[in-house]
Amino acid sequence: MIEHLPALMIAVPLFGAFTTPLLKGKPRAAALWALAITAVTLGLGTLLVREVTAGGTMIYVFGADSPGLVLPSGYRVPVRIIFEVDAMGAFMALSAVLMSFIGAMYSYSHVERESGLEKYYSLLLLLEVGILGMVLTGDLFNLFVFLEIAGIAGSALVGFRNYRGEASEAGIKYLIVSAVASLMVLFSIGLLYGQYGNLNIAYLSRQIGFNTVDMIALGILFASFAMKCGSVPTHHWVPDAYTEVPAGINPTLLVATYASLYALFRVSFSLFGEITLSMSSVGWIMSILGVLTMFIGVTMALVQKDVKRLMSYHAISQTGYMLLGVGVGLTVLNDPAKLAAFGRDAMAGGIFHIINHIIYKSLLLMTAGALFYVTKTRNLNEMGGLARKMPYTTIAFIVGAAAISGIPPFNGFASKFLIYETSYQLNPLLAIFAMVTSVLTLASFVKVFASAFLGPPVKEYENVGEVPKPMIAAMLILAALCILFGLFPNVVLDKLVYPAVDALLNLGGYQTWGGVL
Amino acid sequence: MNNVVLVNLPFVVVALLLAVGFYTIGFKRNLIKVVIGIEILEGAVNLFLIALGYVKGAYAPIYTMAPPQAENNMVLPTPQALTLTSIVIGVAVSALMLAFAVNIYRHYGTLDVTKVRRLRG
Repeated sequence: MIEHLPALMIAVPLFGAFTTPLLKGKPRAAALWALAITAVTLGLGTLLVREVTAGGTMIYVFGADSPGLVLPSGYRVPVRIIFEVDAMGAFMALSAVLMSFIGAMYSYSHVERESGLEKYYSLLLLLEVGILGMVLTGDLFNLFVFLEIAGIAGSALVGFRNYRGEASEAGIKYLIVSAVASLMVLFSIGLLYGQYGNLNIAYLSRQIGFNTVDMIALGILFASFAMKCGSVPTHHWVPDAYTEVPAGINPTLLVATYASLYALFRVSFSLFGEITLSMSSVGWIMSILGVLTMFIGVTMALVQKDVKRLMSYHAISQTGYMLLGVGVGLTVLNDPAKLAAFGRDAMAGGIFHIINHIIYKSLLLMTAGALFYVTKTRNLNEMGGLARKMPYTTIAFIVGAAAISGIPPFNGFASKFLIYETSYQLNPLLAIFAMVTSVLTLASFVKVFASAFLGPPVKEYENVGEVPKPMIAAMLILAALCILFGLFPNVVLDKLVYPAVDALLNLGGYQTWGGVL
Repeated sequence: MNNVVLVNLPFVVVALLLAVGFYTIGFKRNLIKVVIGIEILEGAVNLFLIALGYVKGAYAPIYTMAPPQAENNMVLPTPQALTLTSIVIGVAVSALMLAFAVNIYRHYGTLDVTKVRRLRG
């Protein structure tokens, strides 16, 4: 059973996705079914993480028990679809299954008034399949296929409220971006396949010699994945998509975005990891993109009136921190002294920030969804005095806002502090930009808090109450995670983050298929 | 000289199609034309994959009933499998994009991308 875990991680939600439409006309049953499937996947994901941290990289070959095809001459090539799960992949898979579960729980009440819910839950599970496939696979073409699955399911969910024209507008924007990005990924896969005749990432990374065509492939892959993870200058789709998608999907959609970030890291560290000279310039590009992303994102957020749109711009800005952290690590990848001094910690900061950000941004977007559920508006100027009416939502919002601004006892501080410290050692200017961004983040959340929760009560909302229990439960779980991750960052760092960093850095271990070959 | 051009003709066509596709996505204002641009892009990528796998005079990679001269002279099957998968995915993407376009036309009364801009700021 245990050795089939990587395949089950895909098979269970895929089974759920194709059985949910059978529950047409029974929205409650569909919701509970999706909740059950995501709960089972969460269990499988936890097992997978335990297995990978204890036993090292897991290899799963579809249709055979060994990855290689041995020719009579003794030459071995990987020919089948191979799932290669190292600690980094397991880390992303855990975020995906956790957030899909929380999202399904929140959706139970949040979208109960909508129609076509069996399709909604089916797409939610399909999105989960796409993410899990992207982070678990060790095959470039498979990566493309799952990228497309996540892109199609994600954009269909963005356009879910099809009685609103804006939802379709955001949906087609997201779909055009993801279609162009993934077609370009396929093009560069073709370039690599034409040269080396294989699609396995580990095998390719051993062959790559970095001629002109490889450089073009690296450039296209880098640009496409940066586009899909919402980095500046191709960030325009993020605020639209995150604003229009129902708040229960936000956590999963966030993880889908960071699955592209994972692919970006995988390409830089594993696929092209052996190119010793040029990776430091790629690292610099990544760090500078990160700084630009965080700064432009936060300045755009400051002027927003729509509460969810404001938070979506913060999602762009926080992506910048992850790019900066891992970019700093990539810059010093081939300098062992600097890598040990601050590069490894910088990457740990960047990767720790992924899970922290997924937790607190999902929490914040869910509180925005709760405000929308109660007030039917997202305009901050029309809200006011909701703190007394919605105490749990207020607490959840305060925790989330403190975490995103990097205030000490919460989880945002733990990862941001690592990034400040380490990027300062590469170049002080990077750290200064990161800190200014944090201060601006706090400023914009004070604005939201003051206009939505404080102030005189608005007459229209006199009779509103707290949101239903499943929504509160989902928000409180995330708020508790925010505090736990903030109080005990070392546990998470040692158990999840540093293994993930070491897995990215340990190229030799990845190339040998975890010791099978 | 003539031979070189003929051998590389598929790749020249790929480059042209990529240019046309990006031009259409970037500069056309009608949403349907943007969708067509993405389809052209997809055609370019699929043609590229097929052209990679083509070997002159080689046999299709089917082992049953293969003639004896096909031994050691078969085309790689992978690019064709990749292309088939990519075509199927492309159909799904274009269907969803057209569905969005229809819905946008219903709500905005136009397909002009410069006018479909309620989300901004």
